[in-house]
Amino acid sequence: MKTAVGKPMPYLDARRKVTGQAKYTDDFRFSNMLHVRFLRSPLAHARIKKIDISGAENWPGVQAIAIGPDIPEAFGILPISPDETAMAVDKVRFIGEIVAAVAAESEQSAAEAVKLIEVEYEPLPSVVNPQQALEKSDVASLIHRHGKNGTNIHKIAELRFNEPEKAIKASAVRRNAKFKFAGVTHAFTEPHATVAVWNQDDTLTVISATQVPHYLHRTLSKVLNLPMHKINVKKPALGGGFGGKSDPFPHELITAYLAVKTQRPVKCRFSREEVFLNNHGRHPTEMEISLGCDKNGKLTGMDADIVIDGGAYASFGVVTTYYNGVLLQGPYRIDPFGFTTKRVYTNKPQCGAMRGHGAVNPRYAFETVLDMLAEDLKMDPCDLRMKNFLPENTLTVGQLRITSNGVADCLKAVRKKSGWDKRHGKLPYGRGLGVACGFYISGSALPIIWNRNPQTVVHAKLDFDGRVVMLSGASDIGQGSDTMIAQIASEVLGISLDRIQVEAADTRLTPVDLGSYSSRVTFMVGNASKQAAEKLRDEIAKAVSKEKKVPLEKITFKNGMVNAGDDLRISWDEAVEIAMAGRGAFVESGFYISPKLGGNFKGAGAGLSPSYSFGAFISEVEVDPKTGMVRVVKIWGAHDCGKAINPLAVEGQIEGCIHMGLGQALSEELRYHDGQIINANFTDYRIPTTLDTPQMDITIVESNDAEGPFGAKEAGEGPIHPVLPSIGNAIYDAVGVRMFELPITSDKVLGKIKEKDN
Amino acid sequence: MSDSHRKKSGISRRTFIKGLGLSSLGAATLSGEGLKGTLRGTGLLPEERIVPADGTEATFLVNGRKRKVRIEPRTTLAEVLRHRFGLTGTKLGCGRGACGACTVLLDGKAVSSCMTLAIDAAGVPVETIEGLQAKDGTLHPLQEAFIEHDAMQCGFCTSGMIMSGKALLDINPAPDEQEIRESVSGNLCRCGTYPHVFEAIQAAGSKSGIRKTK
Repeated sequence: MKTAVGKPMPYLDARRKVTGQAKYTDDFRFSNMLHVRFLRSPLAHARIKKIDISGAENWPGVQAIAIGPDIPEAFGILPISPDETAMAVDKVRFIGEIVAAVAAESEQSAAEAVKLIEVEYEPLPSVVNPQQALEKSDVASLIHRHGKNGTNIHKIAELRFNEPEKAIKASAVRRNAKFKFAGVTHAFTEPHATVAVWNQDDTLTVISATQVPHYLHRTLSKVLNLPMHKINVKKPALGGGFGGKSDPFPHELITAYLAVKTQRPVKCRFSREEVFLNNHGRHPTEMEISLGCDKNGKLTGMDADIVIDGGAYASFGVVTTYYNGVLLQGPYRIDPFGFTTKRVYTNKPQCGAMRGHGAVNPRYAFETVLDMLAEDLKMDPCDLRMKNFLPENTLTVGQLRITSNGVADCLKAVRKKSGWDKRHGKLPYGRGLGVACGFYISGSALPIIWNRNPQTVVHAKLDFDGRVVMLSGASDIGQGSDTMIAQIASEVLGISLDRIQVEAADTRLTPVDLGSYSSRVTFMVGNASKQAAEKLRDEIAKAVSKEKKVPLEKITFKNGMVNAGDDLRISWDEAVEIAMAGRGAFVESGFYISPKLGGNFKGAGAGLSPSYSFGAFISEVEVDPKTGMVRVVKIWGAHDCGKAINPLAVEGQIEGCIHMGLGQALSEELRYHDGQIINANFTDYRIPTTLDTPQMDITIVESNDAEGPFGAKEAGEGPIHPVLPSIGNAIYDAVGVRMFELPITSDKVLGKIKEKDN
Repeated sequence: MSDSHRKKSGISRRTFIKGLGLSSLGAATLSGEGLKGTLRGTGLLPEERIVPADGTEATFLVNGRKRKVRIEPRTTLAEVLRHRFGLTGTKLGCGRGACGACTVLLDGKAVSSCMTLAIDAAGVPVETIEGLQAKDGTLHPLQEAFIEHDAMQCGFCTSGMIMSGKALLDINPAPDEQEIRESVSGNLCRCGTYPHVFEAIQAAGSKSGIRKTK
């Protein structure tokens, strides 16, 4: 038998996926099912004067119509900012906001009926850029009433330690630069979809493409005013999330509402354009950052001023506002440290969490300015970084607790593998190498909803047939969490993977897990799975010890056998039979609660995590000085994930981060004209294809975190952060121009080259 | 395409024209009465493929099985496969032929089924992901290689990716990496598993016994 943890394991559902048998939300069909289409706002900001649904009601096949006032309860993923309703009530705040929904016998019928709904709008002045949003506004231009001091500022986050301005001013070397980042979006391949079924026992089942069944469960209850015990949320196979399926969404609430109303199964599925309109992607960002160091290269201070464009609603925005600053506290030691982030509302689709949440853009800015300091110091950029890394087991200035830390090993690995010392600064004009590092949370230490419950619970169920079913609320969204759970159980119980089945993300059967976001699943669910499996193992061991009269402490579980040294050697099945005697099947539970962490100041909770991942990347680029065209030739990526429970999955996550980082760096950008997205499709919103994909060299660094399951930390988001600045820095090495605006399109590079040559 | 490839794939003039799909058979190419005469009655002439507004019966040859179904003029091949035949392995990611999730083989050629009108696929062999496994459940070498090389994460692009890979291997069983990159360049994978996809297709190609379905 293969031992499970640390061995490359194809996903448990791989066979289902290669045969087309994996069922995604849109693959579910029920008899008598209705289909929903939505009417969306054509205006960026307007008051709704009147909605006339009479024409649509009489269209053949139409069964039900819903408008804003039918479901007016406000919601939001963060309990501190419930500023959204399932459909627009009173006014619309972005082009594409859902105004009405039609459920009909066919999608076609619903789509036709939608066209017959008449809405009378009174246009309001719209605010589409962050500069406008920062200014004091007349009442009509206020997107929400709660904008700060009569502006459209949603949230201001500020932390300051040890007078950073003063420290930077006094620094031997200092640099300051302004950056601008376009908004980007998740662009998962599976469009949003939801099927809601009203069951004959007066319960509601909602099958949805969601990363967070638990929060959807809570929100459905709140908005539909149904008790939580009447609602089952199920996540089937899911075609990519990256943060874009981690809010409870209007379409999920509306579909469920219509199922309750009609007492029939109801399905909604988005077109690709609707996915773009839903957005929740990375915030467009403008930031200014100042960094100082002494003449030996020791960092002496950092200060940042950041504005992020949140679009029309809050989503995860309060967290994003903090993350933009607090996640610059590593991987380097910087004691005088400060930032101010303002998140503004604009009349555009909302922004939220996206892979690397909150930290991707500031990381680009920071690592770029760090490279500028290296140049001023005439110091190798790798050396400068090595000098400033945080050690293991320390606190950052804002009291983030760093435990295991393999960042130096990461940098050493990519430096060696890329031939950095012989090649950086020495390649012919047009070719260059760039480096960058990063770190990221392994799950937020604080849950979104404050209560005394654990952040996750896992049940391990054993029955007479010798199979172990692991029940977890965790959402496998393609990152392989089901496989991770099975591997851990297999390792602990010493039985092969085919004895273990994972039942996940079905709120009727599985205990609460907070969901697949903030890179929390391996760390938290992994720990809970390990604990549940260990308790199960110990129960079996107790029964075997008693029956066979062997000392409990001598009992081991390995290769499908239960042994007690030379005294006992029985099969797993025999041991299970002994454990079942007189009691039958049983369940053991494991859970995870983060230790209490952090300081005692406002904002101290932001960025707290029980552990952090680290990484270092080097990119090699080719820049055509005649066209400004950038081609990334190769990326060496090293990531410290503590311990790779499944090296195949970890490698895949790192490659995925390279893919997404490459896209944001070079080609992706949500473009708007007066609040209207103008590239809401895959031809104009350009994610990297196979032809854009560089060669990749992945190194997994294992720092064995003391609190992680088998030492594991996160791998799904951390690796994205160094990708973008390593590309930017490589462009500088290639052609000597600094890129302060993303995406780095050829026109921008060419402009900079021309500017430099003149 | 080189001659050797052509021989391997067994593409005849007739299947080539069929493979083009009727929508691309412009009037200019059919101006000669001779060709028109030859095609008359084959169902390949545009006028013979007009679907009345209230729909028509059409016969499909999907994974070797003949199925008759009523379609409307606007019905796409993807809709027929997913909604009428329950073959949901073919995915819809964009509806505009930009993501490749709906890729199927139409007479051996990779096409976006979301951009193929159902009537244009009527009577032409269609192969979907569900048709790849042997009757005894044995996986196609591509399916095996995709598992072995971890060439998927969320799996939503996988069906289309495998079908594009098959279209390539059927005419070129030993492609180099660049040929593979080009052949699946229309299949977007947002999980970024491309390097594993390259490995998987290459590995499947080098395994003997690529099963030809034709």
